Amino acid sequence: MKEVINLPVRNVEEEEYHINMGPQHPSTHGVLRLVVSLQGEIVKNLKPHCGYIHRGIEKMCEKDTYPQIIHLTDRMDYLSAHINNHAVCLLVENALEIEVHERVKYIRTIVDELNRIASHQLWWCSFGMDMGGLTCFFYGLRDREKVLDIFEESFGSRLLHSYYTPGGLMMDIHPDFQKNVKAFIKYFRRKIKDYDDILTGNIIMQERTKGIGILTKEDAISYGVTGPSGRASGFACDVRKHHPYGVYEKADFKEILGTEGDTFTRYMMRMHEMRESMKIIEQLIDNIPAGDYSAKMKAVLRLPTGEYYQRVEAARGELGVYVISDGNKTPYRMKFRSPNFSNLGALDHMSRGVKIADLVAIGGSLDYVIPDIDR
Amino acid sequence: MDKEALKERILGLIPDAEFQENKQFLTFIIPPAKIHDLAVTLKTEADLAFDYLFCLSGVDMVKFLEVVYHLESTTLRHQLVLKVRTADRENGTVDTVCDIWHTAEFHEREVYDLMGIRFANHPDLRRLFLEEGWIGHPLRKDYVDEVNIVEL
Repeated sequence: MKEVINLPVRNVEEEEYHINMGPQHPSTHGVLRLVVSLQGEIVKNLKPHCGYIHRGIEKMCEKDTYPQIIHLTDRMDYLSAHINNHAVCLLVENALEIEVHERVKYIRTIVDELNRIASHQLWWCSFGMDMGGLTCFFYGLRDREKVLDIFEESFGSRLLHSYYTPGGLMMDIHPDFQKNVKAFIKYFRRKIKDYDDILTGNIIMQERTKGIGILTKEDAISYGVTGPSGRASGFACDVRKHHPYGVYEKADFKEILGTEGDTFTRYMMRMHEMRESMKIIEQLIDNIPAGDYSAKMKAVLRLPTGEYYQRVEAARGELGVYVISDGNKTPYRMKFRSPNFSNLGALDHMSRGVKIADLVAIGGSLDYVIPDIDR
Repeated sequence: MDKEALKERILGLIPDAEFQENKQFLTFIIPPAKIHDLAVTLKTEADLAFDYLFCLSGVDMVKFLEVVYHLESTTLRHQLVLKVRTADRENGTVDTVCDIWHTAEFHEREVYDLMGIRFANHPDLRRLFLEEGWIGHPLRKDYVDEVNIVEL
């Protein structure tokens, strides 16, 4: 007679196991590894592992002059390259007490907002794809292309522009810039309605995002979650409102705050923000004053000994640049407080207790760009 | 609270804090033993309410290592910069503030990884960007990397 082997019975329900999401996972939008501890399909906690694209930008900056550093900032959050450039330019201008022309301020503000729209368009299409809607991906990229065409015509590049320089701009805008921007706004005002029809009103998407990944206002402030993600929790953190730069003070726009702090509110914040950005551009585009596109600058820029800090509102939140200068043409120490880095810190807290499929939605709503985390 | 009143308030709390001249922010150098208690006071007192730590950086000033805290109150909108110094390059330790401002948990790991400053009572002090077993801390001024850095 055959011997019966008694295998130990495994209670899978009670066992905890770990899953590696990434480094090559479509929903992490880059090389980020999340070690997720699961019980069944419920996330118990997760540990982000960063550094796959760490290039040591802060260390490189210590060897570079300020105009050279601008090219490195493009490569942090490459989807808001103009805004990153803006932070370094403002820091140098404030430190050297240079007054830039009004024309430059207007152009910078308009281009920043175009950049924000392009960034949110890419967020929208990838968020839609994360939720299983492939049409969003095509629609979003189709419309982002229009912005990139405007960029290409004026600045010669589509992604990494390095268009701003300390004191002004690399070159003047193309003669057709204003005409094309106005045509784009007209076009996109129509198209953004499609976005709402396809995704915002979609019942499957709403069921998957409402009440998921809630971040309270206190936690958002404590974790330093800024940008649309922070404002979804009711944290008034818009640098454009609270520490204005450029010509934002002359434009009439709202800082829209959410109350729920869930994934759907974070989604809605970005949809509102695209409309607010269009509003800002419409107010400024016809009023660009004539003048020089750059102030007279010395060939070698040396910041006076001291410390400088500049904050700007990048597409994903507050970007801070902290410079300690010892009077040389290169900074002694340069630190970037990148928005994605702080936002990622809250991911573990937000995703405890959700299902693993919801983690994809939460990650999509935080809209992280990995090179900005790793720098 | 305006800068002068805030300066008096901080000096009242920590009489041996050293005031540092800075055009942009009110800046103080705090003795390392007092940073945690001061952080609790700064966050909880109603007239201070520094609830938002918007930047935490490590700096190598060669003679000492420094941790810089940039603070803001989201309700009262005043700002403050605190600095803590440690001269011990091997085992320099500063108390963590991540129980007060959660964002510090990530920032302190970065500072430990790249600058080599330890944080006492940190729940998970591991390297963040570099792999375990990496020798040295790249953002220090005396770090030599024969392989990667291009000298200009």
